[in-house]
Amino acid sequence: MPNVMIRKNDAGDLLFYVAKKDMEETIASVETDTSETWGGEVVLTDGSRWYIDPISPPPSFPTTLRFKRGDE
Amino acid sequence: MATLTRDEAQALIQEVLEAYPEKAKKDRAKHLAVNDPSVEQSKKCIISNRKSQPGVMTIRGCAYAGSKGVVWGPIKDMVHISHGPVGCGAYSRAGRRNYYVGHTGVNVFGTMNFTSDFQEKDIVFGGDKKLEKLIDEINALFPLVKGISVQSECPIGLIGDDIEAVSKKKGKELDKPIVPVRCEGFRGVSQSLGHHIANDAVRDWVIGNRDGDTSFEAGPYDVAVIGDYNIGGDAWASRILLEEMGLRVVAQWSGDGTLSEMELTPKVKLNLIHCYRSMNYISRFMEEKYGIPWMEYNFFGPTKIAESLRKIAAFFDETIQANAEKVIEKYKAEYDAIIAKYRPRLEGKKVMLYVGGLRPRHVVGAYEDLGMEVVGTGYEFAHNDDYDRTMKEMGEATLLYDDVTGYEFEEFVKKVKPDLIGSGIKEKYIFQKMGVPFRQMHSWDYSGPYHGYDGFAIFARDMDMTVNNPCWNSMQAPWLKSAA
Repeated sequence: MPNVMIRKNDAGDLLFYVAKKDMEETIASVETDTSETWGGEVVLTDGSRWYIDPISPPPSFPTTLRFKRGDE
Repeated sequence: MATLTRDEAQALIQEVLEAYPEKAKKDRAKHLAVNDPSVEQSKKCIISNRKSQPGVMTIRGCAYAGSKGVVWGPIKDMVHISHGPVGCGAYSRAGRRNYYVGHTGVNVFGTMNFTSDFQEKDIVFGGDKKLEKLIDEINALFPLVKGISVQSECPIGLIGDDIEAVSKKKGKELDKPIVPVRCEGFRGVSQSLGHHIANDAVRDWVIGNRDGDTSFEAGPYDVAVIGDYNIGGDAWASRILLEEMGLRVVAQWSGDGTLSEMELTPKVKLNLIHCYRSMNYISRFMEEKYGIPWMEYNFFGPTKIAESLRKIAAFFDETIQANAEKVIEKYKAEYDAIIAKYRPRLEGKKVMLYVGGLRPRHVVGAYEDLGMEVVGTGYEFAHNDDYDRTMKEMGEATLLYDDVTGYEFEEFVKKVKPDLIGSGIKEKYIFQKMGVPFRQMHSWDYSGPYHGYDGFAIFARDMDMTVNNPCWNSMQAPWLKSAA
């Protein structure tokens, strides 16, 4: 359950940054991304899957959230 | 010798790896790569930030070096205690040439060495009492000190001293920030973790200090220069360009910087990062907590400077954007003259770099402005995000070497035959004795600044002076020369 910092890059894509792992990836898709809720399964461009319980109202980025590994 | 092709470079890496036993070979193979600028993610071809192999000659430092030497050390109006035995502080004192203004020993303390000088009894009975006494002494002898940081050396972590408790207690007593930094040398694989620990200490003990204080009048053009350590005056050469653009530089992190500048940084509009590796952590934190955007810039060589100035200006309004163009225009004659003078002397020369932090990718542009080509580059302590950025800067089929060993570096140089090597002091004399021109690129070989337009003039002169030095024609003893 790593702490993940989510921020927007210049192009407006969301970046998924894990400081401990030194990993910065672009988020390819988010399961729920509406004006009320944000979260669910998150797929990164490298193919890995992560999960977070949907948050409502959606958080404002940048922010730090706790994710679960998708295969757990 | 012409530049290597991809196959030749691969073959060279294989040849160099042959010398290792099976297990070491397998590990080192992951750290050496041939660059392919089209690859987006470096982790597919190079592994970094891993423990060095026992038995090889690595050039890395320790967490204490990353925290005390790099991040905290240059903050001039604080005293940085090297807490532990005397050697770490003594041997790292003032080696990095972080210039500053002020009266050393009165209101600034940059080149002084403060240490708790641990003896056997401190190891056996603990050093907390000694630390308290030391803090009191510092405050009495140097009443203008603005704050104190306690930089732990290895034994502090091993014996389990509670420097946080001492710092809190003394901080309250003296009403000055006293910052405990848990940067024991054994933490992490290189100095890189020391940077991270130091950033976290800044986050926990400094950044929020003035959150409720509204006495600072923030302006619309406030910026902070982050990750410029003022080596040989670099931060000054950068600062004047930003100020000419009409921006107000509120803080310099941390070359020629002060504690109050750091405390005021959360009030700026934009954080400008030069050394991404050592200070991205704090910038990310400020983005999250205070909503301050950050951007990386590069002030090496006119092409990159112009690019960066425009990119910085794009964050602000038209006045600043117009000013950026004016600044570029103003210095154009100056840098064109430098290129006209030195480019013919340096055109086509090949350079190999092996440094730390930001230089292995940032100086590539400056060499290209002089018509030189960087044929190999590598970092002591980079992480994968650094290589992501480097691979775009470097040409096709150039060598990338992470945490290169003494042996590998020498072999690469023997085969690639560069005209210039830029690396650290430990490599300098080996390569000079091999007859290869060398610049010490950690602290600009006692020259500098190299940032900004002013710095570029010095950079070009230094490279010319090294590469075209007549001594390289005298490498053979006169009696060994053929009669011709």
